[in-house]
Amino acid sequence: MPEKPIQGEKRVFMTGNEVVAWAALAAGAEIMYGYPITPQNEIMHYWTRLMPKYDRKFLQTEDELSAGFTTVGGVLAGRRAFTATAGPGNTLMQEPMSMAEAMRLPVVVVVQQRGGPSTATVIYSQQEVTMTTLGGNGEGLRVVYSTATHQELFDYTIKAFNTAWKYRFPTFVLGDGYQAKMRESLTFYDPAERGIEMVPTEPYVGKPGMPGVDRPPTHLRNTYNVEEELYEVLKDYLADYAKAAPEIAEYEAFDTEDAELVVVSHGVVSRAGKAAVKELREAGYKVGYFRPITLRPLPVDQLREVANKAGQLLVVESANGQLDRLVKEAAYGCSAEILPMFKPGVGITAEEVVARVKEIKG
Amino acid sequence: MSVQPAMPKCWRMESKPHKFCPGCGHGLVLKALGQAIDELGIQDKVVFGCDIGCSLLSWDFFNVDTVQTHHGRTTPVITGIKRANPGVLGIAYMGDGGGYAIGAQHLVSAATRNERITVILVNNTQYGMTGGQMAPTTLPGQKTETTPYGRDIQATGYPTQGPEMVAAITPEGAYVARGTVANVKQLKGFIKKALENQMAGNGFSFVEALSTCPTNWRTNAEETWKFVEQEMTKYFKVGEIKVPGPREKEGQ
Ligand SMILES: Cc1ncc(C[n+]2csc(CCOP(=O)(O)OP(=O)(O)O)c2C)c(N)n1
Ligand code: SF4
Ligand SMILES: [Mg+2]
Repeated sequence: MPEKPIQGEKRVFMTGNEVVAWAALAAGAEIMYGYPITPQNEIMHYWTRLMPKYDRKFLQTEDELSAGFTTVGGVLAGRRAFTATAGPGNTLMQEPMSMAEAMRLPVVVVVQQRGGPSTATVIYSQQEVTMTTLGGNGEGLRVVYSTATHQELFDYTIKAFNTAWKYRFPTFVLGDGYQAKMRESLTFYDPAERGIEMVPTEPYVGKPGMPGVDRPPTHLRNTYNVEEELYEVLKDYLADYAKAAPEIAEYEAFDTEDAELVVVSHGVVSRAGKAAVKELREAGYKVGYFRPITLRPLPVDQLREVANKAGQLLVVESANGQLDRLVKEAAYGCSAEILPMFKPGVGITAEEVVARVKEIKG
Repeated sequence: MSVQPAMPKCWRMESKPHKFCPGCGHGLVLKALGQAIDELGIQDKVVFGCDIGCSLLSWDFFNVDTVQTHHGRTTPVITGIKRANPGVLGIAYMGDGGGYAIGAQHLVSAATRNERITVILVNNTQYGMTGGQMAPTTLPGQKTETTPYGRDIQATGYPTQGPEMVAAITPEGAYVARGTVANVKQLKGFIKKALENQMAGNGFSFVEALSTCPTNWRTNAEETWKFVEQEMTKYFKVGEIKVPGPREKEGQ
């Protein structure tokens, strides 16, 4: 048996893409399928360099439709399988992910967001929130973790496999080009040594025994004859999702108790949000910080609590209101006024957030 | 003694009679496939994927593990399964629209990569499931819902030569044939060889089956068989097109 990729704890300094490859190895991912697109390429580059030593596999497909559907196949075969993409690739990825939703397949997708619409920039954005949370024809029966640091890229890539296999919803790790390409320190660990047990996988097809004799055959479909038949299936799925949502939802918050204004942000932008809130507090402003870690499902109850306590929410994002829409839906009927700070496709600094809050607060 | 023709053993009785229209060729192709699976004794090894198209009706057709995929996407799903678990025998079952139009890039790429899977493609010269529109395989002059005056080859090209294309782009080890529902015994033989090719790990295997769609052709039994036996064969040559072995060098 090949040795464990990570033994003991280790401080490392590397790019986010390299972190994702190592995290997938540490999580016991067995096969990656992928198609080149910036800024996720190096996930494949590191994976393919590392995999022979650890007996893992890779297939470079003809496009992201195929990357998504082969990953679906890998999961059907009972393997911890994943893919990574960005931008226009994420657009194509939505078709296979709708099949994964329809069949409750635990596919893991890492998305490193780039600018949009179209080819736009290969650099950075937070413009894939709507598509990653709600893409495809369907109901968004999926989990989306939005990471902010390299440590989180490592932690949540590992966690994504467990969430996917435990709840059987396709699961996304939503990063961005800055996180992908930037170097940062973090601690590597072997999940088992941290007491993280990897949820066991099982095949859907190619199971032992003679189908129809020793066991029923697997017959998976995504087509239904009548509306009611589909509705019955969806009712169950939606009930499962609603039950799982509070268990899955994660957030980070501080200084919200007495805050007049709470900065709401996610992903790498929340680093600016966090720094700005700390600075503003020191300057005597009654501000707080709230960051959903899961964009789907959102930590709805916690967000509503904040939105009923604070007078104002300032939604800060590198998109034109994609997080904002999710926040407004979750906080519908809450008392807080919701204010925008949108810079689509562009990074946001703590200074800019500080300035915006001072502008609001006078 | 039963007077009924025996159903292949791997057919699932609970889902019979099947749901294809009377006179549809899909049932015959799946009969040939069922016989091939039985004769090779691989029912517990096969993973069957069906496309969206009338092939989708086969999602519970066999007592074999089966996944119904999306229109055109059966090739990558079966590829993904086979790559992850080389111990299974992957069969991707699709229509001509699924294989040669929306899923053409997958077919081409799986063929050039010599994926160890078997693709069975049902050529009924149009889109059956959606009500009879033109497909890449529609014959010149053939009337369909989107070529109501007949397929104009100047505007829309000639029928796709699928097996010939696959034969041209596959590396050695591939098996490529075109059978017909007018000769189920021969078709079964081709499918069997295709599966044996996968079992031997030689390479990609591909069988196109000329098939019938009386519903959309709007033909009676006699016209249906005439079309498949006499009209389709003008453009689609039945037979083995490529068998494993080194590719002959040019000029030899
Ligand atoms: C992405 C997508 N586009 C279009 C369709 C609609 N559609 C369903 S079946 C089909 C055509 C099927 O034709 P073919 O593949 O030749 O199979 P047949 O029904 O003739 O056996 C189409 C276009 C779809 N399901 N998905
Ligand atoms: S529409 Fe045509 S291809 Fe589809 S089941 Fe009927 S006869 Fe067969
Ligand atoms: Mg057809």
